[in-house]
Amino acid sequence: MQPTSDVARDLASIECRLNGRRLQAVVPVHRTLLDFLRNDLGLTGAKRACDVQVCGACTVLVDGMPVSACTYLALEVHGKTVETCEGLARDGRLHPIQQAFVDAGALQCGFCTPGMVMITRALLNDHPRPSVEVIKAYLHGNLCRCTGYKKILEAVETAARACAAEDRAAAT
Amino acid sequence: MLQPFRLHDPATVADASNLLADLGEEARAYAGGTELLLAMKQGLLHYRHLVNIKPLGLSGIRFDEETRRLRIGATTTHRAVEHSAVVAARAPMLASMERHLANVRVRAVGTVGGNLCFAEPHSDVATVLLLHEATATLGSARGRRVVGIAELLRDAYTTCLHPDELLLDIEVPELPPNAGAAYQKAAFLERPSVGVGVALLPAADGSTVAEARVAVGCLGPVPVRVGEAERALAGAPLRGRAFERALDAALDAVGRACEPVDDLYGSAGYKRQLGVALMRRAAVAARDHAAPARGGGISATD
Repeated sequence: MQPTSDVARDLASIECRLNGRRLQAVVPVHRTLLDFLRNDLGLTGAKRACDVQVCGACTVLVDGMPVSACTYLALEVHGKTVETCEGLARDGRLHPIQQAFVDAGALQCGFCTPGMVMITRALLNDHPRPSVEVIKAYLHGNLCRCTGYKKILEAVETAARACAAEDRAAAT
Repeated sequence: MLQPFRLHDPATVADASNLLADLGEEARAYAGGTELLLAMKQGLLHYRHLVNIKPLGLSGIRFDEETRRLRIGATTTHRAVEHSAVVAARAPMLASMERHLANVRVRAVGTVGGNLCFAEPHSDVATVLLLHEATATLGSARGRRVVGIAELLRDAYTTCLHPDELLLDIEVPELPPNAGAAYQKAAFLERPSVGVGVALLPAADGSTVAEARVAVGCLGPVPVRVGEAERALAGAPLRGRAFERALDAALDAVGRACEPVDDLYGSAGYKRQLGVALMRRAAVAARDHAAPARGGGISATD
């Protein structure tokens, strides 16, 4: 029998792009991405709410795809790009998605909002011109306990239009 | 809070198998982690070692023209299945089920193999695979074996995997081109509370049901095929009163076969009724998609 090849680790070196910047870190292998962002890096946009990947308040994007940072190991971002809501604004101007949430008043306590904004970002990555059904399909895993969802849906529709307009402007 | 563990990165299936055998009950295979890390965080499971099987090259989807089977690697994410053109063409019911599985975040990370190996009773994947009569390839340092989905899932949270075995891939036979199939579920949050699927394979002339497959999930420890319901539908005309009569008999059989329990998602009686109602919808949708004489194709309802 051949000897088993094994690399066993308690710590992991990670190198990734976080909100556009290169980041190198060493983390315990059991560190969740949410703990890494909030406790190690001080990025408190992603929120800890249910902590069991049900509510979506901790939604961040890894390689453009939404994940629940509360139940995702930090080491998994090695070699990938990570986007949190802190990375959306440019030159002091809110991202169109953030602006749409402000304009629609699509929040009350605001705790779910960073997750809502990031799932909208994921939605618009996948579907630049989403139907209401597609918007609901993406948002149904993000819970808001204050507002009901009407204004959130309005904000997402506005954001989709604003992002499409920006893309058109960038293309010309 | 996630308790500390060591992460192992084996290079081959045999290495992973040997590690799992050596570490015994202190270790578990780790892929997407959407089930495992959740249970560990909640203190329901404790492992001092996780064996990372993602780098073993077990992810990917392809269709074998000769065997007419889809092969889906164990560490393929739900999202990859959901977005796969090959799956949409060859197993539209599976694609449709994946589009509605859990939520978009879980689908981006969670794997098909992880879902099956965790054997959570509230799962969509196994119920749909039962309708396809899919098989699972298990591998270890000792070799490989192929089992059916019903054999794989022994009991709630229990599979037939030996301690040193890994799920390598699943093979999903394509349904015949004139078949109709549909899966219906009720879900309050990310897990289904009831999931029912029906596949109807028409006879050559398209007028009667040559073979019926009925699978019920979440209403017992493991999803099951309901033979009595299948026999009630087999041979029935696809249209008219006779189909309705056969369907009524099949619905009675489903009501008797399921073993729901009272929980936060509803009483046993309510869930049984829900199962029967969803079975009716699935059967009618499957019938409507089964190709009549004027032609058609496999379809699936969302």
